[in-house]
Amino acid sequence: MTISIRSVDKRFGRYPALNSVSLDIRDGELLALLGPSGSGKTTLLRVIAGLEFPDRGQVLFEDEDVTYLNAAARRVGFVFQQYALFKHMTVAKNVAFGLDVRKRRERPSRPEIAARVDELLGLVELGGLGRRFPSQLSGGQRQRVALARALAVSPRVLLLDEPFGALDATVRKSLRRELRRIHDATGVTTIFVTHDQEEALELADRVAILNAGRIEQVGTPDEVHDRPASPFVCGFVGEANRFEGRVEGARFASGPVVLAAEGVRDGAATAFVRPHQLALAEPGRGFEVTVDRLTVQGPVGVIEGRTADGQRIEASFARKDLGGVEVRSTLRLAADHAHVFPDA
Amino acid sequence: MGVTLTILSVIVLIPLSAVAIKSAGLGFDGFLAAAFSERALRAYQLSFGASLVAAVVNGLFGALTAWALVRYEFPGKAVINAVVDLPFALPTAVAGIALASLYAPTGWVGAKLAMVGIKAAYNPVGVVIALTFIGLPFVVRTLEPVLRDLAADVEEAAASLGAGRLSIIGRVILPALAPAWLTGFAMAFARGVGEYGSVIFIAGNMPFKSEIAPLLIIIQLEQYQYGAAATIAVVMLGVSFLMLLVINAIQAWARRFV
Repeated sequence: MTISIRSVDKRFGRYPALNSVSLDIRDGELLALLGPSGSGKTTLLRVIAGLEFPDRGQVLFEDEDVTYLNAAARRVGFVFQQYALFKHMTVAKNVAFGLDVRKRRERPSRPEIAARVDELLGLVELGGLGRRFPSQLSGGQRQRVALARALAVSPRVLLLDEPFGALDATVRKSLRRELRRIHDATGVTTIFVTHDQEEALELADRVAILNAGRIEQVGTPDEVHDRPASPFVCGFVGEANRFEGRVEGARFASGPVVLAAEGVRDGAATAFVRPHQLALAEPGRGFEVTVDRLTVQGPVGVIEGRTADGQRIEASFARKDLGGVEVRSTLRLAADHAHVFPDA
Repeated sequence: MGVTLTILSVIVLIPLSAVAIKSAGLGFDGFLAAAFSERALRAYQLSFGASLVAAVVNGLFGALTAWALVRYEFPGKAVINAVVDLPFALPTAVAGIALASLYAPTGWVGAKLAMVGIKAAYNPVGVVIALTFIGLPFVVRTLEPVLRDLAADVEEAAASLGAGRLSIIGRVILPALAPAWLTGFAMAFARGVGEYGSVIFIAGNMPFKSEIAPLLIIIQLEQYQYGAAATIAVVMLGVSFLMLLVINAIQAWARRFV
């Protein structure tokens, strides 16, 4: 199902949480809402869910205006960061809840509900744990129960609010793959909120990046990483060295650091260079860097250093290229690519 | 373990067994006569009955109070919060005198009630009023942390799954509160059965009508009927213990998911 959000505003008291946000979500896609805390990503998710209502603007499911429908009427499945399971019910009862509370006429028969619960517990790989209580499960298992419970009502869209936020790193990673698998198996349009860019880039078909109540960019993980639309996106997605300087005649200069800036208008500008976009340079090219720290992360070596005028630089290389580089030595670096944004 | 047992024995078990031994001095027939005299039966009935009614009333209004204190912000909340604890801190005799003067036919509230034909002091109604006053904080204070713990997202989850307001209360909120609620109820009830100071001022203390069992024990003592006093005490002890046992069992069942 497609979802359109049109010029949505939402304030909490005097604090604007969403500022004229528009977003189109495609049928069956897995979309990440990525942003720092306070960027409005959770508020946007709750507006889509019908747990929060916008002050202005519209929310459309297909062509249906659902702006003022509540969550149940929209038929959304919502998964909360802290699971929000019913502690006094068994796992099976939790999953069956959405079916059990239906009016008699619309409610499936008991065997049908039991079959559906078994099917869903199988889908989230919790088969056989239906009679346990949530307190007897691990965090990762609880979040799977929450997922199965949300899917039980055959939602038109599945919404997840920082679904892996409360889990430790390994469980996080495996549950991430799990969510991708479940999404591919059910084909339901899915939107999840995260502040973890790695999670968003790995899992999502497209990523919407929010900052201060606005959407900065929507695109595939490659697009937002390789072609950031704004300085914020460039700084937020992936690692980047940041330089303040000026552009003159398609050249950006910040002290000794000089970068190509094709098609950028003259004047004050900010440039970003990713660590892997820096390479060792011939004498006479690039700029000089003094090495402060040298760390090795598997096949990659990372240099932290300073330019002659004291700007901090991080650069990463294949380890084999690092022969002879030591702490306190100086070397010359040049950037093969840079993102340069004129200052507003 | 040994230390715990010794302290428990000295402080709890030995005094209790002393009561039993004292009452055993009456012999079997004497015990029966003292334990189940018409006057004693009426006193038990009043003590346990009024405590039960008071605990039920507290269960209801205590839950509402706790809900309001946890979920809403309102002016004077801090004051209300402190007032709830007052029955804990107040000497029971003070509470008794205050209630008696309020609810007596000449008191502020009693006079109004008398106009509509309700007599609220010097009868069993007065006993219930006093026990309700005494028991309220038990329910409020045991429910409060559980309510605070019952995150709003659980309600939202239920609502997003299609549950109506009634379903949410009946299927989600009440079952989650049940264990703490029972605990508060049991504590209010137990306190009511044992309460003496605040009741005697408002009860009227007429034998067969508004005389509570603890008072009957005092009266027997004053008449040097130590055996009879101990006997009534043993009966109270037995019934209270049995009730607490049952409530504990219900709680254990209700807490099976924790």
